[in-house]
Amino acid sequence: METLSHLGHGFSVAFSPMNLLWCLVGTTLGTAIGVLPGLGPALTIALLLPITYQVAPEASFILFAGIYYGAMYGGSTTSILLNTPGESATIVTALEGNRMARSGRGGAALATSAIGSFVAGTIGTLGVAFLAPVVVKFALAFGPAEYFSLMVLAFITVSAVLGSSSVRGLTSLFIGFVIGMIGVDLQTGQPRFTFGMNDLLDGVDVIIAAVGLFAVGETLYMASRRYAGKDEIVPLKGSLYMTAAEWRRSWKPWLRGAFIGFPIGAMPAGGAEIPTFLSYAIEKKLSKHKREFGTVGAIEGVAGPEAANNASAAGVLVPMLTLGLPTSATAAIMLSAFQSYGINPGPLLLTTQADLVWGLIASLFIANVILVILNLPLIGLWVRLLKIPAPQLYAGILVFATVGTYGISQSPIDLVILYLLGAAGFLMRRFDFPTAPVIIGMILGPLAETQFRRAMTISNGDWSVFYTHKLSLVLLILAFIGLAGPHIWAFIEHRRRRGPEHVPGDA
Amino acid sequence: MSSSDQQPAPPRLAMPELLIGVGLLACAAAVAWQTLAIPVSPLYSKVGPTVFPYITMTGMIVLSLLLILAAVRGGWQPQEEKETPTDWKAMGIVVAGLVANLVLIQPLGFTAASVIMFVLVCYGFGSRHTLRDALTGLILALVAYFGFARALGVNIGAGFIENQLNTVIDAIITTLGG
Repeated sequence: METLSHLGHGFSVAFSPMNLLWCLVGTTLGTAIGVLPGLGPALTIALLLPITYQVAPEASFILFAGIYYGAMYGGSTTSILLNTPGESATIVTALEGNRMARSGRGGAALATSAIGSFVAGTIGTLGVAFLAPVVVKFALAFGPAEYFSLMVLAFITVSAVLGSSSVRGLTSLFIGFVIGMIGVDLQTGQPRFTFGMNDLLDGVDVIIAAVGLFAVGETLYMASRRYAGKDEIVPLKGSLYMTAAEWRRSWKPWLRGAFIGFPIGAMPAGGAEIPTFLSYAIEKKLSKHKREFGTVGAIEGVAGPEAANNASAAGVLVPMLTLGLPTSATAAIMLSAFQSYGINPGPLLLTTQADLVWGLIASLFIANVILVILNLPLIGLWVRLLKIPAPQLYAGILVFATVGTYGISQSPIDLVILYLLGAAGFLMRRFDFPTAPVIIGMILGPLAETQFRRAMTISNGDWSVFYTHKLSLVLLILAFIGLAGPHIWAFIEHRRRRGPEHVPGDA
Repeated sequence: MSSSDQQPAPPRLAMPELLIGVGLLACAAAVAWQTLAIPVSPLYSKVGPTVFPYITMTGMIVLSLLLILAAVRGGWQPQEEKETPTDWKAMGIVVAGLVANLVLIQPLGFTAASVIMFVLVCYGFGSRHTLRDALTGLILALVAYFGFARALGVNIGAGFIENQLNTVIDAIITTLGG
C-alpha cells in the first residue's frame, strides 16, 4: 500500500509538463539510437552527462531512463529488419524476427516485439516499484564488508559468468579498475597512475572512456571490416496489426519472457543475454509450431525474448537504485550521473530522494506508453533512419564524440586519451573482449575500494571481516562458484566423456 | 594435451593473441611501476592507497599469463573473424581523420576541424561524394555546435566559422530586440 501512495506521488512528479517533455525527448532519442547501428544507450547517456550541470536531477534521470527504455524498443527494429543486432541483448530477436521479415511477416514481428516490450516493460517497472522497497529493508543491514563482497560478486557475474570467456571478461574488468584508479586518491590525497601528468590528476572522465570504447573503437572496427559484406534492409511488408492467431501465440510468451527477464535482471548479475536465450529456448520447446523456428520465423521466438529483454532492463534498475550497484554499462553511466549530483544511490535513496526515485519509476510507465506509440504507428520513420549510409553515420558519430569529449575541458589531451581508448576499444572488439566490464570496473572499482578500506578500518586491519560476517561469506562463496563452477563442471564433463571412449577434447 | 592421431592439427601459436597477452603483461608492469611511485604515509599503513593497485596488478599478471597460455594453444579468435581481411587502407584514412581533428581543433576551431574529419572518415568508409560530404559535415558540425553544445552549456573551441556566425546571430538578436 505504501508503494502505491509513493507511486501516486511519483506520477504527480512525472506528469509535470516539463518532465513529460523530457520523457518524450528521451524516448524519441532512445528509439533513434537504438535503431541506428553503432550507437547505444550507454554512449548516448555518456554524451549527455553534461546536462546534469544544467537541469534538476528528476529531469535528467527521466531523460536518461527514456533513452534506456527507448533503445530496447529501437534495437529490436534493427534486429528484425536488418539482422544486425544493435545490441547483444537483441541477438535472439534477430534469429526469428529477421526470418519473419524475410517471409513477409515483418509487420507482425515488429508489432509483437513492441507490444511485448510494452507488456514486459510495464510488468518489469511494477516489479521495480514493489521490489525496491523490499531490497532496501534488506540492504539497510549491509555493512562495508557486505557491500564489498556484493560488489565482488557483481564483478564476477558481469565479467566472468556472462560472455564467452571469463579470462577475457576479467581482463576487461581489470583494465576498468586501472582507468578508475587514475587520479587523486580520495582518502589520502595521493596521486595514482598519473605518470606525473597534471592532466590526469582529475582522473579519466567516464564520458571519454565510454565514447572512446563505444564510438571511436566501434568506428575503427567497422572501417577495418569494410570487406565483410553489407546487410540488406528487408523492406517492411504486411500489416502492422497482428491477426487473432498471432495474438494468441504471443501473449503467453510475453508473460513468460517478463517473468524470466525481471528476476534475472534484478539479481546483482544483470545482463540481458541469459534471460533472452533462456526465453528463446523455452518458447522453442513449448511452441506448437516448431517447424517455423529457424525456417520462416516463429512469432513466439520474437515475443518471448523481446519481453525478457525489456523486463531484465527494468530489473537492472533494482540493484542500481537500492544498492548503488550497476550491472550494465548503461547503469554504470547512470550511476556516475548520480555522483555528478552528489547523490549516492543506496538503501537511503528511496527515502532521501523520494521525488527523484518515484518520479523516475512513474516516468518509466509513461515512457512505455509513449514508446509503443512511437514504435508502431510511426515505425516508417525509424525504418528511414536505417537507410543512413554507413560512411556518413560513422563520421557523424565521431563529430558528436568530439563535441562530448572536447567540451569537457577544451583540452587536446582529452582527445589523445579518447583516441588511445578508441584504439583499445578496437582491439577489444577485434579480439572478442567485452567492453561493458571496462565501464563497470571503472565506476564500481573505486566504490568497491572505498568499501574495502572502510571495512578494514573498522576491523582495524583484520582481513577476517570478509569471511566472519555470514552474509559477506555467502556472497564471496557465490562469487567463487560463479568463477570456478563452470570450469570445474566442464572439467568433470570432459573427464567423464573422454574417460571410457577416448574422444579427444578440443581443448 | 594428448597427441592423439584423431586430432585435426596441432594447435599453433597465435601471434596476434600472444602480442595482446604480452601487451597486458606490459600494462601490469606499468601498474607496478606507478604503484611503487605512490607515496605511502605511515598513518595509512593498514589499508593505504596501494593495496588495491597491488591487487589489480596481481590480477592483471595472472590474466595476462592465462591469455599467453591461450595464445600458445592456438588463440581464441573465431574463425569468421580470422578470415575477414582487415581493411588497413580504410582504417588508415579514418585514423588520419582523427589525427587531423586533434591537430586542427585548436588553430581552426571545432567546426572546421570537424568538417575535415568528417570528409576523411566518409572517404575511408568508401564515400566518393567529397563535396556533398563536406556540406553534410558542415551542417552536422554546426548543429552539434549550436544545438548540442549550447543546449548543454558545454563550451567547445570556437574558430573563425563560429565567431563569424556568433557575430551574425548577435547582430540579428540586437536588431530584432530593437
